[in-house]
Amino acid sequence: MSKESTYIPKSGFSKWFDQRLPLPRMLHDNINAFPTPRNLNYWYTFGGILTFCLVTQIVTGIVLAMHYTADAGLAFASVEHIMRNVNYGWLIRYIHAVGASMFFLAVYVHIFRGLYYGSYKAPREILWILGVVIYLLMVITAFMGYVLPWGQMSFWGATVITNLFSVIPVVGTTITEWLWGGFAVDNATLKRFFSLHYLMPFMIFGVVILHIWSLHVTGNNNPVGVSVKEKQDTVPFAPYYTVKDAFSLVCFLILFAWFIFFNPNILGHTDNYIMADPLVTPAHIVPEWYLLPFYAILRAIPSKLGGVLVMGAAIAILFILPWLDTSKVRSATFRPLYKQFYWIFVVNCIALGYLGSQNPEGLFLVASRICTAYYFIHFLLVLPILGLVEKPKPIPESITKAVLEKMEIRNMKEKSAEA
Amino acid sequence: MSDKDPKQPSRRDFIFLATGAFAAVGAASIAWPIVDQMNPDATALALSKIEVDISQLERGQAITVKWRGKPVFIRRRTEEEIQMASRVDIDSLPDNNARNYNLSPDSAASDENRSLDENGEWLVMVGVCTHLGCVPKGQSLGDSKGDFGGWYCPCHGSHYDTAGRIRKGPAAKNLDIPAAEFINQNVIRIG
Repeated sequence: MSKESTYIPKSGFSKWFDQRLPLPRMLHDNINAFPTPRNLNYWYTFGGILTFCLVTQIVTGIVLAMHYTADAGLAFASVEHIMRNVNYGWLIRYIHAVGASMFFLAVYVHIFRGLYYGSYKAPREILWILGVVIYLLMVITAFMGYVLPWGQMSFWGATVITNLFSVIPVVGTTITEWLWGGFAVDNATLKRFFSLHYLMPFMIFGVVILHIWSLHVTGNNNPVGVSVKEKQDTVPFAPYYTVKDAFSLVCFLILFAWFIFFNPNILGHTDNYIMADPLVTPAHIVPEWYLLPFYAILRAIPSKLGGVLVMGAAIAILFILPWLDTSKVRSATFRPLYKQFYWIFVVNCIALGYLGSQNPEGLFLVASRICTAYYFIHFLLVLPILGLVEKPKPIPESITKAVLEKMEIRNMKEKSAEA
Repeated sequence: MSDKDPKQPSRRDFIFLATGAFAAVGAASIAWPIVDQMNPDATALALSKIEVDISQLERGQAITVKWRGKPVFIRRRTEEEIQMASRVDIDSLPDNNARNYNLSPDSAASDENRSLDENGEWLVMVGVCTHLGCVPKGQSLGDSKGDFGGWYCPCHGSHYDTAGRIRKGPAAKNLDIPAAEFINQNVIRIG
């Protein structure tokens, strides 16, 4: 929050430095002393986990680029070279590949936490929109990264996705050939994807800084959704949340490590260990798991242009979410109806993910259409109407009151258990 | 032009506009090479024509060749396949344009307009699904040929008939027919 700085330079040198570049002051005010609601639960630790994921991807990516060759004839072999010959190459590549999945796992938890506690509502609209921008950049980066090993899924995934642009009226083909640098996905495409895959994480890093800046202007939302009113509603970020974030990160890393060391390929597709062949399409093209819901939406629409537009709308609708939800109550804890619709929406998204992995025929196609329709109904009908008809539960006066009430109830239960 | 009258454009306004316009033209002239370098380069454009020997193909057989980085299907159709394709009412097709580069752009999607020779035996098409660019199945004997006996795209479920016309599924257009001609009775030139 924008308030008085509490930084006091301790030595003569830090005083001298502070007068010339107040970087330690900025870090102190924004990390150590940053007032944070006292009631944040573990769902609020995923921002820290995501920062860790971004840094991990950048570090392992820079190292992989030292050994990888971006050339259609050599890329596939250079990835095998990393796996077999480079010292610890297997480890670094598996961290990077599994890391992409873990990054998306964490970002989905982070997004759904925001949906549950109404973190997109005023005054956090810009914070939310920046988050959607980061997610969009992540999707593009992950897509380009998946092309680089130049396996069958890389090649055909790239073909399908770049062809989405060919639906643009009049200039579609020109744009697609411009993206490819040829008449099909080929060497020129691979090289530009490598260049952009290296660039985009740094763009993400830039938007993350804006995201955190915006967070530090509005302050954290919290599980009861009541704004911070007085000093006792907050605790300093360090040590309270540095410790909580660190503990959560360690638990997350256990899962991360399990994938890396025991099942590094389970989230990938075996066809990507076959070198790209422009004349043979694999029997079953699927994107990585984290894009399956959007793939299901794309295939649910029986028209090419329509499918692309609806899939785009599925992400675009997140940008206007703050204005679609008409309820002033942030947290689902006090919204008995929204809470139920929230979980229906979660199940619907998981169902879309499953349907995205299946062939778009028969019952699967019917189900994809129903789930796609529901995805939009949730945003365009349920959210605007709920805010008007729902009667929220009584909302606590302050964060502190809510915390103390919870403690009292717990104490009473313990006492009655003793008796 | 007086510098003192605030309503009249001053020399300074002129200098501002001239500087801004000069900078904009300069930025655009350097931006275009950076955009255009991504377009297909000279080596990609050079691979535009190929010649294919089709003397070994029996009726009912098909081969796939690579042209401009894309697969081209060459199929020598059976009498039954030609019959199936000719019987269809053109107005009932999702796309009733022939999509044949050798004909005028508004030709109807009749079987004669899709095949290369007068008997309708030879079908030459770009083997790229017009939906999102996968290679449809149907060239090999064991392949699924879809509901209309032609080609089936496994990516998003588009069905093509024995003349390569879209019949069912998300694709909106018939498979493209590239510039092609018989040089002699054994060789087809594509491109």
